[in-house]
Amino acid sequence: MIEIKGLVKRFGDFTAVDGVSFSVARGEVLGFLGPNGAGKSTTMKMITGFLTPTAGSARVGGHDVATEPVLVKRSIGYLPEGAPAYPDMTPESFLRFIADIRGVRGTERKRRIEQVVARVHLEGVMRQSIDTLSKGYKRRVGLAAAILHDPDVLIMDEPTDGLDPNQKHEVRTLIQEMAATKAIILSTHILEEVDAVCTRAVIIARGRIVADGTPETLRARARHHNAVALTVRTDGRSDAIGAVRSELQRLPGVLGVEDASIVNGKASFVVMPKGGQSIVAEVSALARSKGWNVDELRVEPGRLDEVFRAITQSSAATPATARTAAA
Amino acid sequence: MTTVSDSSPTTLDPAAPPARAFARQGPLAGTWTITRRELGGYFLTPVAYVFIVIFLLVTGVFTFHLGGFFEAGQADLRSFFTFHPWLYLFLVPAVSMRLWSEERKQGTIELLLTLPITLAAAVLGKFLAAWAFTGIALALTFPIWITVNYLGDPDNGVILAAYLGSFLMAGGFLAIGSAISAITRNQVIAFVITVVICFGFLLSGYPMVLNFFSAWAPQPIVEAIAGFSFLTRFDSIAKGVIDLRDLVYFGTLIALCLFATGVIVETKKGG
Repeated sequence: MIEIKGLVKRFGDFTAVDGVSFSVARGEVLGFLGPNGAGKSTTMKMITGFLTPTAGSARVGGHDVATEPVLVKRSIGYLPEGAPAYPDMTPESFLRFIADIRGVRGTERKRRIEQVVARVHLEGVMRQSIDTLSKGYKRRVGLAAAILHDPDVLIMDEPTDGLDPNQKHEVRTLIQEMAATKAIILSTHILEEVDAVCTRAVIIARGRIVADGTPETLRARARHHNAVALTVRTDGRSDAIGAVRSELQRLPGVLGVEDASIVNGKASFVVMPKGGQSIVAEVSALARSKGWNVDELRVEPGRLDEVFRAITQSSAATPATARTAAA
Repeated sequence: MTTVSDSSPTTLDPAAPPARAFARQGPLAGTWTITRRELGGYFLTPVAYVFIVIFLLVTGVFTFHLGGFFEAGQADLRSFFTFHPWLYLFLVPAVSMRLWSEERKQGTIELLLTLPITLAAAVLGKFLAAWAFTGIALALTFPIWITVNYLGDPDNGVILAAYLGSFLMAGGFLAIGSAISAITRNQVIAFVITVVICFGFLLSGYPMVLNFFSAWAPQPIVEAIAGFSFLTRFDSIAKGVIDLRDLVYFGTLIALCLFATGVIVETKKGG
C-alpha cells in the first residue's frame, strides 16, 4: 500500500530526512520510532502530501504523491501531530465538513459520522465547540476525522501523546481493530506501544533508518536478550554467593555473571549468555543439582528501550565524528 | 436524505472507474465546501458581528456627518460611496489578516492541505468566503438605498454600478491581504503590512504621490503608477461608468494576488 524510496527532505542546510526507504503492506502496523527531531514527522508529512520531498518518491496505493497528490490524499486518513481542528467548530460541524470534502454525502454521510462517533465515543460532546474540549476529546475528534472515509492507509503522528492511560488503551484498541484491513503507520515515543500494537518497528535517527524489524527481532539485539535473572537465598553468607557465581560462570554457553546484589539475604545474579543463546535450561538444571534455594528464575526478553538507546545513540555519534574529522 | 447519495460511495471505492471519479473532481473541486466552512466560521465568533456593526455605523457617520448627505440635497449616494476606500483600508485587512496566518498558527493548515483538494481550491475557497462576507456587510447598507429612493428619484443604475465598484475594490484589498496573511503567522503583522500596502494602492492616484514621481520619473511610469490607483478606478465606476478596463484591472489584481498566495503558502508551509 505504501512504498517509499530514497525520501530526502532538506530545509536549507539542514537535512531532516536522508534517504528513507520502506514499504508497508495491508495488515501491517508500522511503529515509527526515533528521538525528537529524527525526521519522523517530516517523513509522514511527505507521505501525506503536506511537504514536497527534496528527492525520492512516496507512492500510496500505486499513486505517486508528487504527481497525483489528490488521489493519494483521498486514500489516506491522517492524524497530524497534536490533532489540529478548527477550534470554533463543533465536532458535529467539523466532521460534516470533513465528510463533504471527502465526497461522503447525504444518508451515507449521516451513517459514517454516527459510526465513527460511536467508535471513538464522542456522543456527549458533539455540539460543544472543539475549543472547550479536553485534550483526550480533541484527539478523538482528530481520529474520527481521519477514519471517517474508511481509508486504506492510516497515518498517525503520536496518536496517544498526552492522553491518560485509559485513553491510551482505547486508542490502541481502536488501532488493533482496524489493523487487519489497513496499512497503518504511527509514530510514538512510547516503546510499550510498539509491543502493544505494532507488527513492525522502524527506528529512525538523524533522518536515517537505523533498524527495521518486528519488535521481537529488535529485542533480540538487546544486550540482555536471553539473559537469565536468578535470585538465590543465601542467608547472607558471602562464601555461598561466591560459590554460586563461580558455578554459574563455569556453565557452557555463559559469557559472564553480573549485577550481583544482596537484599534481605537474597543474592540476585544476571547470567549473560554467549551470542544471545538460550541458557535457561542449563541454569535451572544447575540450580536443581546444587540444591540452591531459588527465589526467582526468569528469562530477560531484552528491553526495547535499551535497543532504542543503543541504536540511536551510536548512530548519532557517527555523523558527528565524521564531521569533526572533515573539519 | 437526498437521492444523490447513492453515487457517493463510488468516489471512495478504489475499484471505481477513474473516469467517473475524475468527472466530479476537477482541479477546483471542494472550493465551495471550503467557502461554506470559512463563511460559517466567520459567524461562529463575535468577529463577524463586530465587523458588520462597525462597518454600518461608520458608513452612517461618514455619510451623514462628513459627507453631508442631507445638506447636499441631491438624490444620489456619492457621499456614501466616497468614503468606502478609506473604510476598507482599515476594515478589510481585519478580515483578511486571519485567512492564512490563523491556519498556520493553529496547525490546521496541515489538516487543510492533506485533504483531497488542490491548493488552488483552498486559496480560492478561503478568498471567496472573505469576499462573500464583505459582500454581506456591503449589502446590509441597503437601508440607505431605500432612504434615497424614498426621498428622491436617484439613478439606480449609477448606484448599482457604485455598489459593484465598491465590491470589486473590497475584493482587491482582500486578495492583497490574503497574500500578506500567508507570509506570517502573526495576525497583527499581517494587518499592519496589509494596511500599508493597500494605502499605497489607494494613494498612487493622488497628486502627493504622483508629484513625487513626476519630478524625476518618465511620464509613462508616472501614468502606470496612477493606473494602479484604486481611487481613480473606483471613482469612475462610482460615477456609473463601467469600463471593461477597470473590471479587467480588478480581476487581474485579484488573480495575481491569489496566485501569489498559493506560491507563498506552498513555500512557507514547511517552516
